[in-house]
Amino acid sequence: MNIAVLSGKGGAGKTFVAVNLTMVVPHALYVDADVEEPDGRFFFPADNLEAKDVTVGVPVVDPHLCTGCRKCVDFCRFHALSFINGAVRTFPKLCHACGGCMLVCPEGAITECRKPVGRIRAGRYFDHRLLFGELIPGEQTGVPVIEELLADIGEVEHAIIDCPPGAGCPVTACVQATDYCLVVMEPTRFGVHDFIATERLLKTLGKPYGVILNKSTSASTPGGQYCIDNALPVLARIPYDPAIASIHSEGKLVVEENEAQGHNFIDLRERLQKEVGR
Amino acid sequence: MKTLAVLSGKGGTGKTTVANALIRLAGAKAYADCDVETPNLHLLSGAPPLREVFDYHGMDKAFIDDSLCTRCGLCEKHCRFHAVKREKRVYLIDSAACEGCGVCEYVCPADAITMRPSKDGEVCLHQNKDTFVTARLRPGAATSGLLVTDVKERLETRTKEPMAILDGPAGIGCPVIATLARVAMALLVAEPSVSGIGDLKRMAATAQGFGIPLAIIVNKHDMNASRTREIRRYANEEGLFFAGMIPYDKRVVEALDKGGSILDVPGKTSRAVRKVGGTVLREFDKETKMDESTTKKHGPQRKEG
Repeated sequence: MNIAVLSGKGGAGKTFVAVNLTMVVPHALYVDADVEEPDGRFFFPADNLEAKDVTVGVPVVDPHLCTGCRKCVDFCRFHALSFINGAVRTFPKLCHACGGCMLVCPEGAITECRKPVGRIRAGRYFDHRLLFGELIPGEQTGVPVIEELLADIGEVEHAIIDCPPGAGCPVTACVQATDYCLVVMEPTRFGVHDFIATERLLKTLGKPYGVILNKSTSASTPGGQYCIDNALPVLARIPYDPAIASIHSEGKLVVEENEAQGHNFIDLRERLQKEVGR
Repeated sequence: MKTLAVLSGKGGTGKTTVANALIRLAGAKAYADCDVETPNLHLLSGAPPLREVFDYHGMDKAFIDDSLCTRCGLCEKHCRFHAVKREKRVYLIDSAACEGCGVCEYVCPADAITMRPSKDGEVCLHQNKDTFVTARLRPGAATSGLLVTDVKERLETRTKEPMAILDGPAGIGCPVIATLARVAMALLVAEPSVSGIGDLKRMAATAQGFGIPLAIIVNKHDMNASRTREIRRYANEEGLFFAGMIPYDKRVVEALDKGGSILDVPGKTSRAVRKVGGTVLREFDKETKMDESTTKKHGPQRKEG
């Protein structure tokens, strides 16, 4: 089973759920796909990480071959090329690497060089394989890193994918590769509002999903009520507890430090197996 | 217009809560929610009534006219985003994957492909004596950075206010970079945890890359006192302005759930917010005056996609 752990709102507890769930699923692969702000590595004291760069193609213009026809500049819809002082200048940060400029150049003056936009580190923690994706600060999009992280996910028996927040293209890139989505909801008014954005995305992509209510401060919350009103499967409830927050804030695994949460996550695994098997 | 952006890198640290308090403390008459994927600022009280809604068009999307298609497969071969799918003998565009580059239209020998505008969301203008702009991105749409730019441009053209406050998105990718463009100062709301510190450093590196002055506050500082000290030390070492701390208070969640503000929570919490907010706004004044006298420091000038 490949499970995407996500939430529209940031800080709802995606990484908290993903790292602790990984620990109770034997041999599960953990993938940190929140490449803009990757935090999974803080919870697995894995050394000897193997790192590799993730690169994208960006155009290089040979000034000796360029005749200044501007066809590339006119073609590029991302404004990644412009014609300044008689020469084509490139803006690699705006480039989407579509390859269009090379196609339209009649002189063959444009080639592509590889530019690193992020990296992937691989490691192990007990019986778990770990993959940490990371975007270089200042780069526009982590989607190439996410795609490379998840390229072989179909061949893995169990994978837990720690997704980015929001409801935009990085989330779509994560969710497309998975069987089931576990949405972590902070049961506040903001949390419900952002959950609805996630729900709309998951319905568009046709993915099944269930909810975890995290950080409930009381028995009746806007989030709990939303799940009742919409008959949503709530697979686990985690109360707001300063003791849990303190363990997690130190980069420790709650399932290793707190017995009650250990049981809570094993129950979650059982519920998930039933839901995914449907 | 001089703008102050509230950002954090990590989500859920309290950007919207702090932005809303700053708007009230500064008496700001112009503000916007740049978290276009998951906007929340409009849920809090004091948002002016909705005046106008504008369609937002992101990048054009490819469209294949099957009656002209000769099934040559060149579009599928050249698309680097795997957006051309073949179902039996028919070629189709997966609009979620299409980035709108126009390569398929260019290579098609039968002129069967056209690029068409696609509605990717809405920009909402709220206005009375205040001007507030927010937006809704179509879930899964790939152009949140462009929508942020659109939100900021609407705010600038609809008011002549000298200062504005922006509530930013989480992360460090294109919507954040678009938010940072041309701001006078960014306020980073940090959380005292190992994840919070890791994310704060990546956020600071991103903003520093554009030469933007930064101020830092710690929210929920009493959750972890030693990590709070670590953030303070980090701010000192990096020469970033440390503006103060806000405690954790359960009553804040209750106030926000009712559409209220952290400033409505009586006692030490609202006192702390007033103090920190005052410090941030004084620093912002200083930065904008310095900015005027030296006329340097600009964010990225180009539109970000």
